[in-house]
Amino acid sequence: MRARVYVSLKKSVLDPQGKTIHHSLENIGFQQITEVRQGKFFEIDFAPELTREEVRAEVEKIAKDVLTNPVIEEFSYRIE
Amino acid sequence: MKFGVLMFPGSNCEHDAYHAIRKVLRQPAEFIWHQSTDLRDCQAIIVPGGFSYGDYLRTGAIARFSPVMGAVRRFADRGGLVLGICNGFQILLESGLLPGAMLRNRGLKYVCRQVSIRVENARIPFTGLAREGDVWNIPIGHMEGNYTLDADAFRWLERNRQVVFRYCNPDGEITAEANPNGSVANVAGICNPRGNVLGMMPHPERASEPLLGSEDGVRLFQSMIQSRSQA
Repeated sequence: MRARVYVSLKKSVLDPQGKTIHHSLENIGFQQITEVRQGKFFEIDFAPELTREEVRAEVEKIAKDVLTNPVIEEFSYRIE
Repeated sequence: MKFGVLMFPGSNCEHDAYHAIRKVLRQPAEFIWHQSTDLRDCQAIIVPGGFSYGDYLRTGAIARFSPVMGAVRRFADRGGLVLGICNGFQILLESGLLPGAMLRNRGLKYVCRQVSIRVENARIPFTGLAREGDVWNIPIGHMEGNYTLDADAFRWLERNRQVVFRYCNPDGEITAEANPNGSVANVAGICNPRGNVLGMMPHPERASEPLLGSEDGVRLFQSMIQSRSQA
């Protein structure tokens, strides 16, 4: 089973990289964008014998303890 | 006083720190590898600057899981002196030994230059030989020094006198222009509530000899040594 984890800065935290990308996009003609946030993406493959619930528990723990710094970041994930 | 200087894969300021302690301060020092859990009777631990583990994932995020950091945490819990410089500061934040987190610099650029910092708390073992309001001339060199913490937690930090250094202009005034990275309230260094763990972005080891343009960093190391000779 594969988990896809998305990490991004919390809404309350200013994202200077996202802002810079947004600015550049406007400069080359993409005027309809209201905001850009930059983040990180992880693909994690689990051993096939694990159940979906077991994978879910593992992913939550990995995302909380390692992939994010909870002071500034949040995460979401999908399991497929 | 014996200093231990940690070494992670990707550390690059450990020899500078070692040199400052051995050759300038004339104190014993020893390198401690990240796989070690033995701090070898050191009375102070320096977590040096650099790019531990290539700064992969987040600065300091992987180093936090090194075996040596468990030993450093126990050492700090017993009141041992721990000084994190630059990437070392980032590692202490990720380890939870200090509160808050680092964001990319406001200007998205690596900033490498001499800055002025003001001593805000001279009652901890790292600043005992300074006076509050003293201005030190010390270099910085980092990409992620934009210290952040939510507003309530930051008020608590200030009330607790945990802000030890702030970026200032050469006259000691805390101004927006003197802030090189966007750090909240110009914070350049903070300590834990007990005052035995300090994290700072400026590099005192790079300001420890006349040849380097400043000796202000020596006062920090001397303060550490004096704090333990009185104890």
